[in-house]
Amino acid sequence: MTEVFANFWFQTGLKVLVVAAAIPLLAMAIGYAELKISAHMQSRIGPYFAGGRFGWAQLLADGIKFMQKEDIVPEDADRPVFRFAPVLVIMATVALFVVIPVAPDVSVRNLDVGIFYALAISSLSTIGILMAGWSSANKYSLMGGLRAAGQLIAYELPLVLAVVGVVIMAGTMSLDGIVSAQIDWGIPFVLLQVVGFVIFFTASLAELTRIPFDMPVAESELVMGYVTEYSGFRFLFFFIAEYANMFSLSAIAATLFLGGYYLPGIPENLAAAAGPLILLGKVFVLVFVMIWFRWTFPRFREDQLQTLAWKFLIPAALLNIAATGVAKVVF
Amino acid sequence: MTLGTKPDRPTARFDKLLTGKGLLKGLKVTLKTLFTRPVTVNYPKVKETPVARARGVIALDQEACTVCMLCARSCPDWCIYIEGHKEEKAPDKPGGRVRVRATLDRFDIDYALCMYCGICVEVCPFDALFWTPVYEYSEYEMGKMLHDMDRLQDWMKTIPPQPELEK
Repeated sequence: MTEVFANFWFQTGLKVLVVAAAIPLLAMAIGYAELKISAHMQSRIGPYFAGGRFGWAQLLADGIKFMQKEDIVPEDADRPVFRFAPVLVIMATVALFVVIPVAPDVSVRNLDVGIFYALAISSLSTIGILMAGWSSANKYSLMGGLRAAGQLIAYELPLVLAVVGVVIMAGTMSLDGIVSAQIDWGIPFVLLQVVGFVIFFTASLAELTRIPFDMPVAESELVMGYVTEYSGFRFLFFFIAEYANMFSLSAIAATLFLGGYYLPGIPENLAAAAGPLILLGKVFVLVFVMIWFRWTFPRFREDQLQTLAWKFLIPAALLNIAATGVAKVVF
Repeated sequence: MTLGTKPDRPTARFDKLLTGKGLLKGLKVTLKTLFTRPVTVNYPKVKETPVARARGVIALDQEACTVCMLCARSCPDWCIYIEGHKEEKAPDKPGGRVRVRATLDRFDIDYALCMYCGICVEVCPFDALFWTPVYEYSEYEMGKMLHDMDRLQDWMKTIPPQPELEK
């Protein structure tokens, strides 16, 4: 039995299955949470009938509906690019799940440059978005795609710089190593890296194109931005990617700043079993905050995001790095 | 000091430091609403009682109607159909005048056309038309939205007691 578990191909197959099941399930869970929370924040009840109670099957029903819909490609669209764009977006999403450590020594692959990989791969989806916007042959899509690309210039630097503080403190770029460092220090890094955490969270909101930084899909200006021309299964890809990215970026934020799968007081022998649940709990707190922001704040303008990023977030992140570096050397 | 400008309040500088106070206030509002009871109800399972003067459907009191056609003529949508005739009654004594009474043959309202402006109710000089708060009378076929005079008479039963007029 142990031999089977140790087999590389068995392990890989298992990991692929888990990730392939986790992404749509988590996307649905977060989507449902968004529907319900937004409803109650607006003093409504929200989904109620699907599934019998509390509308728990609403997202399942939506998914089945999307699969039945016709896959429309606009006549003037750049067909291969149009078809491939959502696949690229979801590929970036899946690839991000690879490095998330869910328990001690349990992740699809514990890379030594884990956080570097995560930040690099997470900006890959922007290429997919730009492809979608360009190939749709629709001015709204194009505007949305270009806005997403422009937004990248604003959030990518603060996102990376905010992480540097954590990396300095942990002394490693491996996500598992960063969690171990927090266990060694005895505190989650958010207590010492408040500035870094706020910057990372803000920048990841911009990366996820969520309110207050949802300019690429701004409904009131651009219909639906780069997804305007998409329908059926390809639209579903964008939808799943959006919500799964919410999960994975929150998981990375939780790993970097909130101690990941670790919670003080959990006995050693339970750590492996409780790890995923603890991580899930931390992720859902962050996801709740994202949903909370979405249904409270108005949308920024693209230039306002640039101002925010370049005049406040980046200087603050640089100061944070300098302060962390000095503190690391002194103490 | 020029007209129309106010001197800065002493706290204005302090307010500027608190940029984002409004954002926090907004977050507080949404969080508070999240934990209060929703104002909406699960409609087909739970129903709200509309106010007594709600404009749901129009009822007809056939006895009061004099077939004067004012409602049909004032209807902007021309959704009211009226036909009638005079009923004659023999004079009380020989050589007397024939008594007549206008009687309805047809009074239909096509609710597929009606825009619920209420002008017919306003204009009726004999108080034959009434608003009632019933709103559940949708149909699967468009033709069934034409309510005949008996159905309109039935709506009379659904008129709730009216609240007192404001002084």
